[in-house]
This record gives sequence, structure tokens and C-alpha cells, in this order.
Amino acid sequence: MTDLSGWGGFPKHPATLACPVTQADLARAIADGAVIARGNGRAYGDSAIGLRKTVQMHGLNHMISFDRQNGFLVAEAGVLLRDVITAFLPHGWFPPVTPGTKFVTLGGMIAADVHGKNHHKDGSFRNFVDWLDVMDASGVVHHCSRTQNAQLFEWSIGGMGLTGVILRAGIRLRPVPSAWIRQTSQALPNLDAVITAFEGADAATYSVAWIDCVSRGASLGRSILMLGEHATPDELSDDAARYPFEIPDKTKRTVPFAMPFSLLNSLSVRAFNGLYYWNGRRKAGVSFVDYDTYFYPLDAILGWNKIYGRRGFMQFQCVLPLETAREGLRALLKTTSLAGAGSFLAVLKRFGPQDSAFSFPMLGYTLALDFPATPGMIALMRKLDQITLDHQGRFYLAKDSRMAPDTLHASDPRTAQFKQMRQEFGATDAFQSKQSERLFL
Amino acid sequence: MSKGTMLLLGAKSDIGRAVAHRFAAAGYDIQLAARNAAALEATKTDLALRHNIAVSVHDFNVLQTDTHAGFVDALPALPDIVVCAIGLMGDQIANEQDFDAATRVMRSTYEGPAHILGLLANRFDARGSGQIVGISSVAGNRGRAKNYVYGSAKAGFTAYLSGLRNRMAKRGIHVLTVLPGFVNTQMTAGMDLPEKLTAEPEEVATAVFNGLRKGRNIIYVRPIWFVIMTIIGSIPERIFKKMNI
Repeated sequence: MTDLSGWGGFPKHPATLACPVTQADLARAIADGAVIARGNGRAYGDSAIGLRKTVQMHGLNHMISFDRQNGFLVAEAGVLLRDVITAFLPHGWFPPVTPGTKFVTLGGMIAADVHGKNHHKDGSFRNFVDWLDVMDASGVVHHCSRTQNAQLFEWSIGGMGLTGVILRAGIRLRPVPSAWIRQTSQALPNLDAVITAFEGADAATYSVAWIDCVSRGASLGRSILMLGEHATPDELSDDAARYPFEIPDKTKRTVPFAMPFSLLNSLSVRAFNGLYYWNGRRKAGVSFVDYDTYFYPLDAILGWNKIYGRRGFMQFQCVLPLETAREGLRALLKTTSLAGAGSFLAVLKRFGPQDSAFSFPMLGYTLALDFPATPGMIALMRKLDQITLDHQGRFYLAKDSRMAPDTLHASDPRTAQFKQMRQEFGATDAFQSKQSERLFL
Repeated sequence: MSKGTMLLLGAKSDIGRAVAHRFAAAGYDIQLAARNAAALEATKTDLALRHNIAVSVHDFNVLQTDTHAGFVDALPALPDIVVCAIGLMGDQIANEQDFDAATRVMRSTYEGPAHILGLLANRFDARGSGQIVGISSVAGNRGRAKNYVYGSAKAGFTAYLSGLRNRMAKRGIHVLTVLPGFVNTQMTAGMDLPEKLTAEPEEVATAVFNGLRKGRNIIYVRPIWFVIMTIIGSIPERIFKKMNI
């Protein structure tokens, strides 16, 4: 028994672990039920903590085949996204959709149906998954795709591991001309301006805004909007153009241990938010950044989650439909800033249309905030939940660590159907996480 | 472009697999050897895809010492580096009663590895180059009631590597002894190991790779183990024999 938590370090639960290295090991590990598969533990809350046992998937991490002509990769679920990039970017292939960290497994990416800065254009990771092999409670493996076992395929993507264990997948990478991104950044004075800018930036491949969520009044929601395109070698400096798929080595920084208290308080968060905005404003314009800096800025600080101290932190991420987004976002930001609870990292992103069974994204705007795991912040997040419900929004399960079941079920009518499908797959008792228990999934 | 070839004996062990990835990432071609080599096909494909290098698999049984020479002859090329990650811990209680089991532990951990490394050392010597890595164990530093069958075999292996290093030093062939301490592997699954003293297989692999590059002779993967083993080694026998560690 060891204490296990998600990336946020909250909540912590005593957990029994299994580390299968073969399919037979895996079948044995899940035989007694109430288990959940765990990838690299980057979901923030309790998504990957099993009710009875947690099955770590890092032993099942073989790459099985790769087609250099069309970028089609077959790999086991425990393969890290970092390793996919390391292996195939030198040949001109990159993940078609990537979350904000490369330290996730393919299985985790599929289970959470992750999105990236290109959701408005390319949709979620689901769109690039051609097939899955999913192990059921009795250890039988089902090959599934859009045409074969289509129900299992659809509900497993975004199903948080609750339909079975994702064993391997066939996914399509995207061809890229270099390892560099041409970034265009823009400082925007308030929420209206940033939404207008997003709506005008539909053609950009990547777009994301960092929001200063401390500012109030007329500058409520002031942001740095960052657009990105894959850079072609002829745009790069001579050195970079000669080896377009190589990037400079970086010094990795590490947060050595969990602080006994949080380094973040309202003062430091206020100072950081202000600095970030003014720095972004100063540097607005076009620049070339390597993929690692552009997509994974926080990966350069290993263990950054520890800056919140031992008690950990929580993420709040919701999506609001286009029609209510302006008004809803304003209410969310206002409530946050009035509580004096300025979040350290606040990210706003435009989503495009999404057509899938239980995935998080939908056409609209998504806002992600993080807060220290204190009772006061939990109370604040309940208010944010209510605002989201009032604006027909929904919540990202991969970020959740404390939501009430009523909130989830009220926000998302698909939840009842998801439960029903779990029943049909014989997965209800077999696959259970602390989160699925808490949320009555 | 290949940096050379590394032969891995014991390719199914967690440490072995991590070592293979570490060397492959640095551009070495890899020869994987273990019993039932067919089961290594997945590892072979994985290594080749991730690191864009050549990988071959070879049947190898450390206990059948009479097949070792044939095994080396059948390799596509005499490797530049050999890493031996073979060892069998067995169950100490069973080993105390069942001498066949104890013999299997000793032969798998000492006799077999020493036999194949001695043979390769001679081939390296004839060629005039080569590097040999033996993954031994701190369990061999002092016999303890808890695992002395395995420990004594590792003690023999450590001494063998030490002697081989001494002999080969004048011949330009380097021998590295690796003493990992606790490692989080299938061998230790279910044991309650202290986190600060327990290395991941990847740490062992990096220690092997860096140790070889720096020409180190004996390495403890986590330096704390040198301190621990120095203390354990300095306890007088009349006290040590009554201890339960």
C-alpha cells in the first residue's frame, strides 16, 4: 500500500498497485474487479486511482510498427508521448494533437480524449485514432474501430478507462516541415478583445491565450494571445534550417521537494500575473520557438506541481458553448478575481465542433484555472461549477478532483448513457476509479 | 550511423531492457540474448522503431555452458560491449532445504555468467578491444542469513569480475562491475523497499552507460549504498552473526 494521487497531489488515497509487463499479467491484475488503468499519472485528481487496485501501464509500452510513408503508428498504451516525438520527429512526424505536457501515455491521451491548441481546427485526439484494442473484465481483447465494435470504440475514447483497459492503438501522426513553430503573440486589454481576436484567428493552426485572472474592472480578462504555425525550413535561421528537426539542448530545472507550505500567495500570484502580461506585451509580435518551448513550457521545470506545497492543488476546467461564452467567462473570471484567488496558470482556448460519445470538448470556449487545495478554494470552485451550469457548460474529468456527482450529471446528459453503456460492456463493477465512485459513474 | 554493437545477456530482465534502450538511444546496434528468444521479438521491434538502429535476437541459456562457444560463434558480429544482467535470486528458505534449487541459483548467478564473460573476454583479447559489464549485487558484499545463497553467488561473480579486470587491464579491455542496490523490478515486486534506497531500472542503465564512458571500475548505482555497505562490512563478525538485517 502506498499513497497515490494525481498530478495535483490532491486527493491522496492509499492504493494497491499492479505493474503488468505482459497481456497475461494484465488479465490477472484486473480479474478481481474494481480496478483502473493508470498511465503516467498526469490527470490532476483521482481519475487514475483504482477503487481496489491501480494497474500501472508503463510496462506495456512497446512500439509495434510505424509507416514512414503515411505516419501511421501502432503502439501499446503505456508508450509516452515524449518517446513518440523523440522517435519520429527526426523523420518529420509529430503528434496531431498534443496536451500541454509530453509526459502522458497514449492510453491516457485516448482515455481522456485530450485536446490541444489546434482543437478549433483539428478536433480532439479521437480524430486521429483509427482503432483500439480494449481488454474487458474477463481478459478478452476486443479490436474496435469506427466500423468494428463501434460502440466500444466510441465510448472508450474519453471514457476515462471505465469501459475496459486500452491496450494498444493505431494512430495517425501529422507531417511537419520542422521542429519549430512560428509564434505570433498579441497583448489584448480585456476579455471582449481576446474573444474577438480568437474569432478572427480561425485560420491559425494553433491558438491559446493566457489570461491574467487577477486584473479586474475594465481590464478583466486581459490576455496574451499566442498563435502558432509549423515553421518551414526557409523561414528559419541558417543553422536551424540545416537541421530543421533538431532543437537546442535545454537545461532542465527541477523543483526538488514539495514545499511545506505554498510559495504561491495572493501577492506572488498578483506579481507573476502582472509581470507575465507586461512581458508578453513587450515581446508581442512574431518569433520562432522550438516545439518543446511552445507546446511544453512547464515540462522544462520537472515537478512544477510541487510549488503548491504538500497539500497539493486543483484544476478547474470547463467549456462553455459559444452563445453563452462571453457572459459566462466574465462571470467566472469576476468570481475568481473577487475571491482574491488569482490562479497562477489561467488558460483560455477556443474549441471547434466535436462529435463524440463522452469526450469533454464542444464548440465554444474552455477556461482552465488552478487553485491550492484548501477548503476556501473548494468553496470557490463550487461557485464556478454553478456558473458553468447556468451557462450550459461542462467539465473536464481529467482535471477534476472534487466535483459533486449532481454537478456532473446536471451538466452533461450523456452521463446517464455512459453509465448505461458501461453496464452493457460488463464494465460497471470491473473498472472503477476513486473518481468514478465519487461521481456515480 | 552505428556507434558499435552491444550484446545484452539477460534481455528479458527489467534492468536488461533498460540497458538496451540506453545504449540504443546512444546509437549502438543491439544483440539481445535470453532464453526463448522468440519472446524478444516485441522488444526488438520496439528498440528498432524508437532508436533507428539494428537489433538481433539470440537464444541463450546461461546454464548450458557447453553451448556458450557456439552461441558466440553464431553472433552476426563479435560485439564491442557485453553487458551481463543475468541472475536468479530464488527463495532463500527453499534454497536452505532444496539443494537443487540452491545449485540453480548459484549456477545462474555465478558459474554461467562467469563462463560466458570469460569466453568473451578471450575473444575480445584476441581482437584487442572490448568492454565488459557485469551487473552484480551488494548482496555479494557480505553474506547475510536472509539471502546468502544468492549473495554468495554474487560474491563469487564480483570477485571474478575483479580478477578479470586485473588480468585484462594490461590488454586494453575494460571490465566494469555494477552494484545496483535495491532496484524496482519484477525480481523485487511485492517487496517493501525503502524509496530513497531503491533505483529505477533506467537509473541502473544510465549508471552503466556513464560508468563505461568514464572508465569506472566499480559503481554503486546510488552512492548511499557505498556508505551502507561500508558500515555493514565493518561490523565485527561476533556482533554481525547475532544481528537480523
